[in-house]
Amino acid sequence: MASNGSKSAGEDISIVAFLCNWCSYAGADLAGTSRRKYPENIRIIRVMCSSRVSPIMVLDAFKNGADAVLIAGCHPNDCHYSTGNFYTRRRFSIFRRLLDFLGIEKERLRIEWISASEGDKFAKIVNEMLGEVSRIGKLNFSDIYPERNY
Amino acid sequence: MPILKKKYPRIGVYICHCGQNISSVIDIPKVREYVEKLPNVVVARDIRYACSDLGQSIIARDIKDYNLDRVVVASCSPRLHETVFKNLLESSDLNPYLFEMVNIREQCSWVHLDKEKATEKAIDLIRGAVAKSLFLEPIEKTRELVKENVVVIGAGIAGITSALTLANLGVNVYLIEEKPTIGGHMALLDKTFPTLDCSLCILSPLMVEVKNHDNIKLLTNSEVIDISGYVGNFKVKVKKKPRYVAEDKCVACGLCSEKCPVTVTDTDFNFSLSKRKAIYIPFPQAIPNAYVIDAENCLKLNKNVCGICERVCENNAINFSQKEEILEIEAGAIIIATGFNLFDARKKKEYNYGKYKNVITQMEFERILAADGPTSGKIVRLDNDEKPERIAFIQCVGSRDKRFNNYCSSICCLISIKQALLIKEKHPEIEVFVFYNDIRVTGKDAEEFYVRALEAGVKFIKGLVSEISKMDDKLRIKYENIMLGKYSELDVDMVILATALEPSISSLKIAKKVHLDTSYENNFFMESHPKLRPVETNVDGIFIAGCSHFPKSIQDTVNQANNAAVKAYEILKKGEIIIEEATAFVDKEKCNSCLFCMEVCPYDSIKLDTDGKPEVVDALCKGCGCCVAACPSGAIQQRYFTDVQLSSQIRAILYSKNKEYEKWLQTEANLLGKT
Repeated sequence: MASNGSKSAGEDISIVAFLCNWCSYAGADLAGTSRRKYPENIRIIRVMCSSRVSPIMVLDAFKNGADAVLIAGCHPNDCHYSTGNFYTRRRFSIFRRLLDFLGIEKERLRIEWISASEGDKFAKIVNEMLGEVSRIGKLNFSDIYPERNY
Repeated sequence: MPILKKKYPRIGVYICHCGQNISSVIDIPKVREYVEKLPNVVVARDIRYACSDLGQSIIARDIKDYNLDRVVVASCSPRLHETVFKNLLESSDLNPYLFEMVNIREQCSWVHLDKEKATEKAIDLIRGAVAKSLFLEPIEKTRELVKENVVVIGAGIAGITSALTLANLGVNVYLIEEKPTIGGHMALLDKTFPTLDCSLCILSPLMVEVKNHDNIKLLTNSEVIDISGYVGNFKVKVKKKPRYVAEDKCVACGLCSEKCPVTVTDTDFNFSLSKRKAIYIPFPQAIPNAYVIDAENCLKLNKNVCGICERVCENNAINFSQKEEILEIEAGAIIIATGFNLFDARKKKEYNYGKYKNVITQMEFERILAADGPTSGKIVRLDNDEKPERIAFIQCVGSRDKRFNNYCSSICCLISIKQALLIKEKHPEIEVFVFYNDIRVTGKDAEEFYVRALEAGVKFIKGLVSEISKMDDKLRIKYENIMLGKYSELDVDMVILATALEPSISSLKIAKKVHLDTSYENNFFMESHPKLRPVETNVDGIFIAGCSHFPKSIQDTVNQANNAAVKAYEILKKGEIIIEEATAFVDKEKCNSCLFCMEVCPYDSIKLDTDGKPEVVDALCKGCGCCVAACPSGAIQQRYFTDVQLSSQIRAILYSKNKEYEKWLQTEANLLGKT
């Protein structure tokens, strides 16, 4: 696992996270308020609901240099918009299978339910993801699809 | 990076030190130097406290001096101060949605130790926000007038309280009740805890007030069949079933009932403990104080014979030609007070409820205690009308039981204590036992009430009853006494089951109609926030009160009902609603009418226009963006989170990994005509 500051395998890995405003973004805020440390490799993008995240956005991230993508929303049945996260769950359980087909390891995409009170869980997930993706190594999207212009 | 050459847009970036909170980890001068060089950034400053008066005035001055039309603030979480800066933009004559906030405190300086990497991350995040802001568009506020009525659904103590409070504030209230009388469960109680007030003595004056109030329109025997619209502008469709008796003519003399030849079991108001006629009044104090014909059993209505009531009525109040009416009511706000149903004790087979006559529920016993009930208040065994010698209460029937409901119904302990006290008051010689899991009595005077029952000689036994069987003319209770750690048996004459309170069927129907959230665990209505917004729901303008929210005492119900009334009044008093959400909108040229968006919208906010293309009703849209991700052609977009804005943000954040961003931006900017 990448520790802060020291040179490690996770050095170059970059993770893009799409967090829903109501639960997961607040959970990440709580990790901050409670000073839980996690690796710097993550860049968070706020959306109102995890269901706003489309597969295109995930591909956008992958092809522009992200090595992993995290999508996090409220726990099932706790969605601020009642049913949003169910759509997220369905969309990405299908899309994850498609990733394999695209030649992108499934481990690079993670869907999580993180509530506003789960700052620790957020930090833990970032740590876990970095560890896992470091093992697989960097994703070089243009190596997989060199000729295509996206 | 590419340069959008025109003077438009002009971005100001402000990096907050937050005292030492941010600056101790992030190298702010370095960030500022980088950001200054970004295209279209006209001014970049670091500010000690951006949210302070001083910080805000610096930004406001810059907006004027540099003619800024985008503002990016990198500081704490937008969940904390976004509105502060949005208001600042508004007061500087800039649309508040031309603002983007970067979280470099909670999600950067507070969680990272490596200064260099944290600074790099802050730069990436700000670059992302600047990139998103290039594509931001103003969002206009829309205003709509609020309809002046409030609809209150359910006329138990909760609905009655809300209706009266609103009516006294001068609001027109439609109070809708599905039974032929108002009063709800409270009207069926004998006494109330912990004061032993006579229930109807305190409720009946309120019921009369409802009837007489100029501002309340009472609709009994009526059912809500549809709710559409949105806050400020709801339409409630009500089916008013015929009563076949003119409310204004009937004087409740009772002659019709006396002569009516049809006798049926009173399932509604006396829980099958007594009989009534096909024309009846639920209870003497019913409001409206008029008889009602039970259409299922009336001979005239079913077989077109009889009609005796019509002949004997001296006031010509009987009217068999009454028809079902459908009313449509416009309302600014709705209060839902649809109460509870009782757990069906038959499901707990080991207690043989429904099989043994002397095993009854608390509610049935309440009717036995009541002076207007089936036994006129006499405590008797239901099989032989004799006075019982021993009565046992069993708590938690259907509550705190994994087979049925996990939750505690909150009030059954106090109800049993009350009923035990009432037994002891009338007949101190009757032995009373209460079998309990835990005695849960809280609230004002509750503990004292419990002690009073202990002092009156009620025996409380901690233990669960495993079975009730018949032993001659007694009931044999098998139980485990947890305190003594042994199994025992007890023979009693009557058993009273403290059945759980469950959400009413009407509640569930309404929840489906308006997409009201119910709790996953137990189906009760979900409040918008368990602590700070206890009567609001996920639908703006719809409020909840009473046991439809969760089992609660009359005191708590009245509190909540008043709260709901005030919240509804707040909406009406404002007179107009301002809709200012990051709502979705449809580009009809791109749309090919697959209507996936309509299917996924949790709020039914997408309607078809005359060409069969979807259209978003702003007042209904809550801005989740679910439809955007579902749209296969990119025709539906969410304001403030459009595809191009997010794409720009994603690419700019990853700029250091892949310089493709420049090329992309140039294409996008060309498409938007901004170069």
